[in-house]
Amino acid sequence: MNDDTCAEMRLLVQADVDGELSPREAAAVAVHLDHCPSCATLQAQLIGLSGRIRQEVPYHKAPDSLRAAVLSRVAAAAQPANDNPLPRWRRLPRLGLGPMLPIGGGFAVAACLALLLLVPRGGGLPEAVVSDHIRALQPGHLMDVVSTDQHTVKPWFDGRLDFAPPVKDFKAEGFPLAGGRLDYLAGRPVAALIYQRRQHLIDVYVWPDDGRSGRGPDSGSRSGYNFVHWSEGGMTFWAVSDLGAGELEDFVRLWRAG
Amino acid sequence: MDPPLPPGPATAEQVILPHLDAAYNLARWLVRDPVLAEDAVQDAAVRALSYFASFKGGDARAWLLRIVRNSALSLLAARRQGAAASLDDGATEHSEIADTADDPEAALHRREGYARLDEALAALPAELRECLVLHELEELSYKQVAEITGVPIGTVMSRLWRARRALFGQQAGGDLP
Repeated sequence: MNDDTCAEMRLLVQADVDGELSPREAAAVAVHLDHCPSCATLQAQLIGLSGRIRQEVPYHKAPDSLRAAVLSRVAAAAQPANDNPLPRWRRLPRLGLGPMLPIGGGFAVAACLALLLLVPRGGGLPEAVVSDHIRALQPGHLMDVVSTDQHTVKPWFDGRLDFAPPVKDFKAEGFPLAGGRLDYLAGRPVAALIYQRRQHLIDVYVWPDDGRSGRGPDSGSRSGYNFVHWSEGGMTFWAVSDLGAGELEDFVRLWRAG
Repeated sequence: MDPPLPPGPATAEQVILPHLDAAYNLARWLVRDPVLAEDAVQDAAVRALSYFASFKGGDARAWLLRIVRNSALSLLAARRQGAAASLDDGATEHSEIADTADDPEAALHRREGYARLDEALAALPAELRECLVLHELEELSYKQVAEITGVPIGTVMSRLWRARRALFGQQAGGDLP
């Protein structure tokens, strides 16, 4: 093969490695590679580079603080326009320490943001908790720490919250712990523990009882999701799931007895 | 690869939140600064929410990433303008902000080499870097990359080629043919 042909072949060899060719085009490239050692070398080099990029180049996942900020913008935008006291374009205060203190800085930003995350008007905490549970079912948002081990989940929260939520596992009883995440409810960061029951998920939201949490109904349902609310040991708890009300009550009884 | 959106009109939440990691990763590789990248994604979220009516369904990730890219490039341009202004004032301490890596010829002919692949990628000109990040890290097709970066597919192909050739040139492994 002369150099000109190979120069034209390069982009085709690349497109083949990138999975962009039709079977017919790929077959034509394969025929060329059989007869052209230099293009065959190129193919091997491109495959090797692609593998190295995926292994060695970091994929930067969105930090918790950013996720919380965008979440609050989306939530605020979902409000009726005249019900939103903050202009949409308003920039959030930036803490210069953010990059150096990813946990502490992120937490402080999150705490500021929590003020912006409005509990839906015309609804109370049950609506907020249920809509957060539904939002958490979005792909990629369910769990920040995936662990079925309460001794992994509990210390994970310790670095991220100003309180230590109780973490319990009920695997033996058929409600295994699946993980945990940070969330923002009632104007503050809260712990969310995720439990599994067959194909159903239960979110248990926990935060310190500051007397402002309200005395809403202790159980009920919103949008087809059941919830149970209780307080003990200075903490407020909300369990939310699409499980039947009876099974959710069983789970809560286990939790309170455990 | 993406979970299909449920039938009916998508909400801003369904379009934006599932692709937040992709948005941040692209912004981070474009602006090469964690704080500026967060700003770019926040700006993009604001734009996405106000332009949301223009989302006609389809590829939500590509739609969002195109907005993220524009936000990131605007922020970079604004920062460069600010840096130029302070140089005019006689200040010299900001001179390192001048971004020689965005001069394609300078970067392509840089021959000192980078020990690490991520450093070599970070040093590529922005238009080559974004193609490689979108195609390799985000696993997007040529067509999606073309849509996000606003150039023809042929340009995506030649930019990917130039990006890879430059990475090889900077690594100990030697050149592509």
